[in-house]
Amino acid sequence: MSTSPTTIMDETTPTAQSVEVVMNPASPALDKSSRFNAPTIIDIDNVDFYYGQSKALHGINFPIKEKLVTAFIGPSGCGKSTLLRCLNRMNDLVDGTRIGAGSIKISGVDIYDPSVDVIELRKRVGMVFQKSNPFPKSIYENIVYGLRLQGINQKARLDETVERSLRGAALWDEVRDRLHTSALGLSGGQQQRLCIARAIAVEPEIILMDEPCSALDPIATVKVEELIHQLKQNYTIVIVTHNMQQAGRCSDITAFFYMGRLIEIDTTEKIFTNPSQRQTEDYISGRFG
Amino acid sequence: MTARTHPFQRKANLASFQERVVFWSLRAFTYIILLFGVCIFSIIIIKGAPTVFDSFRVTGSFPFISNDFLFTKPQTLHVFKYKGEIKQMAADDYYAFVGQTPAPPPAEIPTTPPAPAPDANAAPSGVAPVAPVAPAPPAIPVPILTTTGINPDDITEHETYSYAAGGIWPQIVGTVLLVIGSMTVALILGIFSAVYLSEYSKQGPFISAIRLAIVNLAGVPSIVFGLFGFGIFVLAFGWNVSLMAGWFTLAFMILPVIITASEESLRAVPQGFRQGSLALGATKWQTIWQNVLPYALPGILTSSVLGIARVAGETAPILFTAAYATSDKLPWEITITPDRLSSGALGYLEYPFLWIHDFVFHGVNALPYHIYVVSSKIPQNEYTERVQYGTAFVFLGVVMTIALASILLRTRLRNRLKW
Ligand SMILES: Nc1ncnc2c1ncn2[C@@H]1O[C@H](COP(=O)(O)OP(=O)(O)O)[C@@H](O)[C@H]1O
Ligand SMILES: [Mg+2]
Repeated sequence: MSTSPTTIMDETTPTAQSVEVVMNPASPALDKSSRFNAPTIIDIDNVDFYYGQSKALHGINFPIKEKLVTAFIGPSGCGKSTLLRCLNRMNDLVDGTRIGAGSIKISGVDIYDPSVDVIELRKRVGMVFQKSNPFPKSIYENIVYGLRLQGINQKARLDETVERSLRGAALWDEVRDRLHTSALGLSGGQQQRLCIARAIAVEPEIILMDEPCSALDPIATVKVEELIHQLKQNYTIVIVTHNMQQAGRCSDITAFFYMGRLIEIDTTEKIFTNPSQRQTEDYISGRFG
Repeated sequence: MTARTHPFQRKANLASFQERVVFWSLRAFTYIILLFGVCIFSIIIIKGAPTVFDSFRVTGSFPFISNDFLFTKPQTLHVFKYKGEIKQMAADDYYAFVGQTPAPPPAEIPTTPPAPAPDANAAPSGVAPVAPVAPAPPAIPVPILTTTGINPDDITEHETYSYAAGGIWPQIVGTVLLVIGSMTVALILGIFSAVYLSEYSKQGPFISAIRLAIVNLAGVPSIVFGLFGFGIFVLAFGWNVSLMAGWFTLAFMILPVIITASEESLRAVPQGFRQGSLALGATKWQTIWQNVLPYALPGILTSSVLGIARVAGETAPILFTAAYATSDKLPWEITITPDRLSSGALGYLEYPFLWIHDFVFHGVNALPYHIYVVSSKIPQNEYTERVQYGTAFVFLGVVMTIALASILLRTRLRNRLKW
C-alpha cells in the first residue's frame, strides 16, 4: 500500500460512512441539521488504548466529520488528549503505548497500519499544543520550518507561504514588519496563533488543537476562537477544551468523555441544551469535573 | 536593665547565639579555603611570572617582540666559571660560545715550522671556522684554542642542568593539540551517545545499567585510563606513543562527564520543541539535529569547560600514550621523503595524507608532564625552579585561555539561540 499523503487522503470514503449522520442513535438534532451531513474524514472504530498496562481509552467509537469543528470535553484525565494524540500518532513518542483493539481510519486508511509513513501522516494532520511552542527562531523561520524539512527552499515559495499562513492565522497585520525578529518576542496569544500559522503552512487537512487557549488571556482567547471559525472553511478541526463556553462558542459537534469512555456525542447545541445522558448533564451544569 | 518597650524586643538567647556561631564558622571555613587558594595561585604567579616576563626579547622582524620562554625549546643549562666569572648559558649559547675544539694533531710531526697560534681576538664569532694550521710544539704547552678562541682550560666548575634553560614551546604546543583533539573526539563520541541514550533508546533497566556504568567510569583513576590507552591504542591498535593515542585516551577519560552533561542539556531543551517539530512532519533525526541539539549545545559546552581543565592537566593518561620527555620535532616539522610517495604522476597527491598521518602519529610534550619531569625526574636545585614555576604559570594561562575561548563561543551560541 502506498504511504504517500495523497493516497491516504484521496481514497474515497466508503459511501456508508459519508452519509452517516446519526452519530448517536438518540440525537434527532443531528438528523435534522443538514449542516452536519458531511462526509466522515476520521473514523474511530472501537479503539482501546493502553499506556503500558493501564487502559486509558475504552472502546471509543465515533466518526469525525469533514470541515466541522469537533470539540472533546470532559473532566481532567478522561483521555481527551490521549485520543487526540492518537489521531496523528504523537503517542508513538511515549514508550509502551499501543492501540489494544479497534482502528483509526483517516479517509479510509488505517493510520496504525505498518505501511503508513507517520511523517506523511503528520504533514496531513497538523497539531497545535496546549503550551504554545514557537521555536527560538525568527517568526519567518518558524513558519517555513515544515517546508524546509521537505527540502523546499525557494525564497519566493517560502515568502508566499509565510504571508498566506500568517494571514490564515490572522497574524499578518500584526507581524508583517518584524518577520525576521524572534518569535519569542510575541505575546502569548500571538505565539499561539503563530503555532497555528506554522501548522497550516504545511497545508494539512486536519488540525488537532489540545486546549489551545488554556494559557491565554480572554482577549487572546477570543482571537483564537475567531480564527477557528475562519479555519473551518478549509480544515477539519478537532479541539480539546476545558472551557465549556469555548466548546459552545466554536464547535459544531461535541463529544463528552468520562473515565476513558465516550459518554455522548452530538451537535454542540444538543449537548449544551438537552443532553441525553445524565453524566453529560451533570458535567455541563458544573456538578462535577 | 532596659525596659521592654515592645513585644518584638531583641533579646539574647540560645537561638541568637547559635545563629551567630553558625554564621561565623561558615564564614571562617569559606575564608580558610579561599586563603589556601590564594596561596597556591600567588606562589605560582610570584615565582612563575618573572620567568615569562623576563624572557621577552626585541627581534628584528615582525612582530618585533618574542619570548624565549614561551616560544623556544627547552635546553640544558650550562653553569661554569670562565676566567673566575660565573656564567649561565643555554646549551645553544654555550656551544656557540665555546666553539669547536680543533681536530687532534696528525700523528706525524709536521716538517714545517709551527705557525703562530691563531689570535683569539681576531676570530670573528659566527664565521665558518678555519681549521688550525698546526698544533703547538709539544715542548712548550701552548693552550689549544677552540674555533671561537676560548681556552678550554679557562672553563672550570662546569655543571649542566637538564631543561633548566630555554623555553617550553613544544610543551605548550603539545598541550594545546592534546586538548583540542581530545575535546573534539570526546564531544563527538559523547554527544552522539548521549543523543542515543536520552532520545532514541527505550528507557529501561538495560539503558539505566549502561548509564550507571558510564557515570562510574568517572571514578576510575586516570592512571588506569593511561594503562588502558597504552594497551588498546598504543599496543593493540599499533598507534605507538602518539597524539592520536593521547587524544583517544584523554577522550575516554572525560567521556563520562561529557555524556552526563550532554544528557542533562538535552533534557533541558523543552519537550515542546521536539513535539512541535515532529508534528510538522520532521523525522526524529531532523528534529534532534535542527531543533534540539543547537539549543543543548551551550549547556554541553559549559560543562565541557571543566573537561578542558582536566584534559589539559592530567599527566597519567598521557604518560604512556602521548608524551615524550624530549622530542626534537614538533608534530608539523615533518619531512616526507619522495620514496614514501607512489611513483606514478599522481603520487604527490598522497602527500597531504602522509602529512596528516605523520602529524597525528607523532608524540608530543605536554605542560603537566613537563612539570612532572622537571620536578621529580631530575635533581632539584635553584636552577630548575625557574622552569617549574614558569611552566605552572604558563599552564594556568593556557587553561584559562582555552576555557575563556569556549565560554565566549558558548555565549555567542546562546545569544544566537535564545529561547
Ligand atoms: N505518558 C503517559 N503515561 C502514562 N499514563 C498517561 C500518560 N499520559 C496520560 N496518561 C493517563 O491517561 C489518562 C488520560 O490522560 P489525558 O489524555 O492526558 O487526559 P485529559 O487530556 O483528558 O486530561 C490519565 O489517567 C493519565 O494519567
Ligand atoms: Mg489534556
